Amino acid sequence: MKLFNTLAASASALALLASGASAEISGGSVKIGLLTDMSGTYSDLAGPGTIAAAEMAIEEFGGKVAGAPVELVSADHQNKADIAANTAREWGDTGQVDAFAELVTTSVAMAVFEVAKQQNKIALVSGAATSALTNDACIPTGLHWTYNTRAQAVGTGASIVAEGGDSWYFLTADYAFGEALQKDVSKVVEAAGGTVVGAAKHPFPASDFSSFMLQAQASGAKVIGLANAGNDTINAIKAAKEFGIVDAGQKIAGLLVFLSDIHALGLETAQGMQMTVSFYWDRTDATREWSKRFYDRTGKMPTGVQAGTYSSVLHYLKAIEATGSDDTDTVLAKMRELPVNDIFAENGVLRSDGRMVHDMYLAEVKSPADSSQPWDYLKIVRTIPGEEAFGPLSESTCPTK
Amino acid sequence: MLTDLLGIPPQVLFGQLLLGLINGAFYAVLSLGLAVIFGLLNIVNFSHGALYMLGAFATLALVQFFGIGYWGALVLAPLMVGALGIVIERLLLRRLVGVDHLYGLLLTFGLALVIEGTFVKLFGASGIPYAAPAALSGGVNLGFMFLPWYRAWVVLASVVVCLATWLLFERTKIGAYLRAGTENPKLLQAFGVNVPMLTTLAYGYGVALAAFAGVLAAPITQVNPLMGSNLIIVVFAVVVIGGMGSIIGAIVTGLAMGMIEGLTKVFWPEASATVIFLVMAIVLILRPAGLFGKTA
Repeated sequence: MKLFNTLAASASALALLASGASAEISGGSVKIGLLTDMSGTYSDLAGPGTIAAAEMAIEEFGGKVAGAPVELVSADHQNKADIAANTAREWGDTGQVDAFAELVTTSVAMAVFEVAKQQNKIALVSGAATSALTNDACIPTGLHWTYNTRAQAVGTGASIVAEGGDSWYFLTADYAFGEALQKDVSKVVEAAGGTVVGAAKHPFPASDFSSFMLQAQASGAKVIGLANAGNDTINAIKAAKEFGIVDAGQKIAGLLVFLSDIHALGLETAQGMQMTVSFYWDRTDATREWSKRFYDRTGKMPTGVQAGTYSSVLHYLKAIEATGSDDTDTVLAKMRELPVNDIFAENGVLRSDGRMVHDMYLAEVKSPADSSQPWDYLKIVRTIPGEEAFGPLSESTCPTK
Repeated sequence: MLTDLLGIPPQVLFGQLLLGLINGAFYAVLSLGLAVIFGLLNIVNFSHGALYMLGAFATLALVQFFGIGYWGALVLAPLMVGALGIVIERLLLRRLVGVDHLYGLLLTFGLALVIEGTFVKLFGASGIPYAAPAALSGGVNLGFMFLPWYRAWVVLASVVVCLATWLLFERTKIGAYLRAGTENPKLLQAFGVNVPMLTTLAYGYGVALAAFAGVLAAPITQVNPLMGSNLIIVVFAVVVIGGMGSIIGAIVTGLAMGMIEGLTKVFWPEASATVIFLVMAIVLILRPAGLFGKTA
């Protein structure tokens, strides 16, 4: 009996101690739930690399924030909104997850937004692209970090029109993201004096693009805009080369192209293509140093989605460290207050509509002769200021901004 | 003109039909392999897509490790993957003789998941490029479209292999044994024919056909761990439409479905991924045994 009493007393003392160490941290730990595509078409541009990136952010804090341990849980959502929403709901309800991260694929991000809204938890979106996430579909706790379809449109779309590519035909992935990208690029093209002559929606994912390429060719448009991503973009570019589309004078505009796509295509096929990126490893000393560490872990250089995941998790942890709390509203207020400064963004601003505004970069794919080392793929042509890329807050149609 | 009425210029239509034929050639070779395997082993080979992918990766490995180019791979890759197929049959499928079909389906499906999962882990999902042989690069302008030589070669090679397989089954002694084996394996064995050996070879041959299609596909799409999983469901629909186990049914339906899909891509692109399944549903209602299947 005496032993029991001693045990009970020390247990309650320990419990007191634990709660004292992190008074404001719910459940005694900060838990981040990362949902990504681990094996499908987006797994190279997001996937395991985003988990590595989130781990790097956590390690930077020594695995602890405000005295409490930081835990990362992850799951493969297989690009399916229902799987993502169910996992997120379970994590939030019973798994004590405080924030959701990454969320590649537009439909996934939208579904998890619903859950995050109900549970009042922060959603740190990196991979999903639609600009709707900070417009009509915005939620108070949803943060869109890496890019969006509008920023991609401004970079690539405007510069191609400026070079004389003033008539466009779109090959569009047949789901919310493809439509959003096509809509945003069309706006930019038309504002710059260009015209959109047509579009074909292809199933997602698609493997054979020859038929769609032929339709694009028949349209006579000067530019064929690829409103898709990942393997769809890779296959479309390959088909364009095979069917002599580029040699016949039409220009291919990849509207959401990642470093992993260029790596998969090879410079021989991809050279000369313009693309808008949120991050490139070989830009500054800091990006090189971080990317080198990322490479040592994963064997690949990071894409923007991966670097963006690192940045969003890091910023989230910084806010918890500063406030000593993981309460959603407290953390959110601090995240908005602090400028985002890391290898991904310089003086990034988190707006009330959820948009993280930072500079984007217009890049051109190098020719094999210009590339001096492995992964030396891009040349930054222009820095697109954040405001220009993402538009002013007044443009946002988010009702809770 | 009908085509003008539909608002599609005839040259676009010809182009799309030709492209449909090229895709149909892939469907034909793949569904032919499935038909051979189903005919003899009564196994719905769900690992067919993964073995097709292995054919493409074998092509890549041959050039990287042994410097053997496309033409060599066209022969060697099917042999290598076919040999793997024989091992799979001997080690695994052999144990399922006499049990419910479902077990074969589950085993081969599981096998496909393991093979594809391993390759995604090793090589990522974006795939690796493989250049078409120099002799087949470039193409010809047909007036209504630019036809890459390589795509023309795909159709030619597929049709030749399909015809050769058909002749093998319909016109040779081995073919006669194989067909007899499908009908009544016990009786055939009573005549002194080594039926287990025959089934092993048939599985190896079906798998080699899948790998052959993989070699043909390597220069067109990326050599990608998931290239087969995207295709396999469509190919199954083709086999069902043609009639399970029917050789000629697989060939004809493969080519026809490619063309139907090609036309759909013009008139209603969003539906191009579903049109074959619509045809399948209609065929199953009207002729449950498939277009070329024997009604049970």
